[in-house]
Amino acid sequence: MKLDVMYFAWVRERIGVPRETVETEAATVGDLVRELSAREERYEVAFSDLDALRVAVDQDLTDFDASIAGAREVAFFPPMTGG
Amino acid sequence: MRIVVQEAPFDAGAELNAFQAGKTDMGAIVSFSGLVRDLPDAPLRHMLIEHYPGMTERALTKIAQDACERWNLGDVLVIHRFGQMAPGDQIMMVATASPHRKDAFAAADFLMDYLKSRAPFWKKEVTADGSDWVAAKDEDEKALRQWQQG
Repeated sequence: MKLDVMYFAWVRERIGVPRETVETEAATVGDLVRELSAREERYEVAFSDLDALRVAVDQDLTDFDASIAGAREVAFFPPMTGG
Repeated sequence: MRIVVQEAPFDAGAELNAFQAGKTDMGAIVSFSGLVRDLPDAPLRHMLIEHYPGMTERALTKIAQDACERWNLGDVLVIHRFGQMAPGDQIMMVATASPHRKDAFAAADFLMDYLKSRAPFWKKEVTADGSDWVAAKDEDEKALRQWQQG
């Protein structure tokens, strides 16, 4: 399936693009992370410490076990620093 | 309820007056302003705030709705900027209106705690030496746990 993947803050800087469309068969966020990490080193570097990352599926904060079946967009970013 | 995410500066005084206008059944209004703070060691050139358009508005609305369910509130205002700001610039404000003071204070505190670590904003500090993303603090998560228990 086609999925929009978005990156913010230092995750965006490490991966080098703010968003991209990927073709994936991943069932969960964790599968997607493993798939991308196997593709190129820049993903492996950005995803090396999942404790330092947060993920949103279709704009809802979730965790790395979450399903991405039918999802339109997945976003990866560091812990938020609003306010 | 009014949630605004914008790049442009805003006039907090005018916003607060507009928020207060006509609220004859509200006895208490609390507002909080968040400003860009200069750094103690290397002077801050500017702060950059990145956000996730769409999710930001959605997350702020959810946080404000949660506050309305938890306390007796007549209205909630959240304004948060993104983009480039200088030391002293206003980043954001929240305001709460309630018949009574305690609800207005508690709800504003709750909004700020959640907004800090559950709304998708990221701050980057730019100095003469370079730039650094601001790291989230452990106490931010601790503050949320207190609301979850309490």
